[in-house]
Amino acid sequence: IFFWYRDSSPKPHLVNRFCILLTADIISTVEFNYSGDLLATGDKGGRVVIFQREQENKSRPHSRGEYNVYSTFQSHEPEFDYLKSLEIEEKINKIRWLPQQNAAHFLLSTNDKTIKLWKISERDKRAEGYNLKDEDGRLRDPFRITALRVPILKPMDLMVEASPRRIFANAHTYHINSISVNSDHETYLSADDLRINLWHLEITDRSFNIVDIKPANMEELTEVITAAEFHPHQCNVFVYSSSKGTIRLCDMRSSALCDRHSKFFEEPEDPSSRSFFSEIISSISDVKFSHSGRYMMTRDYLSVKVWDLNMESRPVETHQVHEYLRSKLCSLYENDCIFDKFECCWNGSDSAIMTGSYNNFFRMFDRDTRRDVTLEASRESSKPRASLKPRKVCTGGKRKKDEISVDSLDFNKKILHTAWHPADNVIAVAATNNLYIFQDKIN
Amino acid sequence: MFARGLKRKCVGHEEDVEGALAGLKTVSSYSLQRQSLLDMSLVKLQLCHMLVEPNLCRSVLIANTVRQIQEEMTQDGTWRAVAPQAAGRAPLDRLVSTEILCRAAWEQEGACPAPGLGDGHTQGPVSDLCPVTSAQAPRHPQSSVWEMDGPRENRGSFHKSLDQIFETLETKNPSCMEELFSDVDSPYYDLDTVLTGMMGGARPGPCEGLEGLAPATPGPSASCKSDLGELDHVVEILVET
Repeated sequence: IFFWYRDSSPKPHLVNRFCILLTADIISTVEFNYSGDLLATGDKGGRVVIFQREQENKSRPHSRGEYNVYSTFQSHEPEFDYLKSLEIEEKINKIRWLPQQNAAHFLLSTNDKTIKLWKISERDKRAEGYNLKDEDGRLRDPFRITALRVPILKPMDLMVEASPRRIFANAHTYHINSISVNSDHETYLSADDLRINLWHLEITDRSFNIVDIKPANMEELTEVITAAEFHPHQCNVFVYSSSKGTIRLCDMRSSALCDRHSKFFEEPEDPSSRSFFSEIISSISDVKFSHSGRYMMTRDYLSVKVWDLNMESRPVETHQVHEYLRSKLCSLYENDCIFDKFECCWNGSDSAIMTGSYNNFFRMFDRDTRRDVTLEASRESSKPRASLKPRKVCTGGKRKKDEISVDSLDFNKKILHTAWHPADNVIAVAATNNLYIFQDKIN
Repeated sequence: MFARGLKRKCVGHEEDVEGALAGLKTVSSYSLQRQSLLDMSLVKLQLCHMLVEPNLCRSVLIANTVRQIQEEMTQDGTWRAVAPQAAGRAPLDRLVSTEILCRAAWEQEGACPAPGLGDGHTQGPVSDLCPVTSAQAPRHPQSSVWEMDGPRENRGSFHKSLDQIFETLETKNPSCMEELFSDVDSPYYDLDTVLTGMMGGARPGPCEGLEGLAPATPGPSASCKSDLGELDHVVEILVET
């Protein structure tokens, strides 16, 4: 793994390639496309910013791998639901790319209620010499045309246009938390707190409800859906996680309404660590299949767990993200931090996983060597082109130099969204309204 | 005002009160912490409503926490049964009112439970009791989750933080309206009812907004709401007819 430091010289090879400041709004989602050449971010203001990776350029060898802004557009606007007298936030909850099929790029972006399919296309030529209209677009009087000419394409400055191609609306009563494109590349699912719907990318006026956990008597509601994802290869399989720390795997071939799961994943609770907060911290905030499709990873408040899809009784790996917070749960409940929803991600080879924490810290775990590291995404601690220094939280006793004590952690600086390039060792880390992109140092 | 009534009734048990107060100091810190967690949770549920729909996951998790505490307190026996007339109305799995919570604490101190009758049914000036937050329709299932009618706050809530909560309450549930005027010490902070109201039974579709409004209470406090609230009230009446 690229960032592992040798014991003798504790210097990871992870380099701060560059930090991009996105003013105004808090980043709410980060996602690489299938090739990794494009990186999309969504923010609280409903804006989507897409970065593109610079290609190799002999004249600028150091710029290889830099991500520059490629396109910016307003995906969602705030809405007001007059019947309910409520605002519908424009915050982008999730972005998911579609696999590329032609020159244009497509992505799905969603807020709490509406999913939109956006087409991002380049235009670097324009036609000149039309017969029926002038260069400035005015129509020519047909009677004045005495000769015909063939329009010719002339190069122009690259223009990247984003246009909404589909709008999938009015299918969710509750807040959408997940969207996931199916491996058939034709359908996708959207999940809210109580229901999951299946859509066809071409059809916007209807969707199929495939999971519904809303109880007949709402007084009995004790569990909600927190995340959902399609299997990367099996187009009939998807999983969804719940606020009670369970994951259900469903097979769409078994029935139209997948209320009966095919597999049920739950780790038995450790009775010795039970507290009033046990359920809250077991609530799963994110679920992600491995690229191989053999494993899935879940993130709860204090840990990341890797599950083998063939074993429902318990995870095969558990990685502690910030166990030192266990004794602070009451305070974290009071300030609502305990409800923070952290995401997690796999690297391209499924050998490492990453997730965020507080104080702009994020954690990476190497599954093979069982080693982990804590790094910080902040401008004070990382200069461009400099290696990142591992961080350590002091849990008690004497605080060593360079360590930070638990009580000094800034709980307002939370890293909820991270993404890993599908093939290379490049990661994107969203720290409030800053986006950091880190890369393996190329010697 | 209501607290005064309670004290009056407990005059005869002053000695017990004092003795129990001393005992109160030795009440386990666990119980106090648990009580404080319960109070905090109730406050959180109150503050769920904003201009934007509240986070359902968070609400459910907090509600489950409150239930857990209630169950444990019931098993401990620290969650005493309510006054006999209310016993039939408060099955174990329903969340209790502040009155019962307060009574439980009071009983720990050895004083007699004092059901709050009479005063609780006064409908104070509604404007004093309205939530200050926003112009949203109070009756929307998913918005004004933990709101109840103002007058209910007078029913025995001498627990300070909870008093403040209930100043901003208003109910949407028709059954709560009946309880308001009944003599029974029925739970007026009913988590289940509130959850019902919150989730509304709305189905996705073009009419979901109207369906969401339908089960709302024809509250007397409509006058204190913004024009938007009145509009909703009108729409609701139209829907119900």
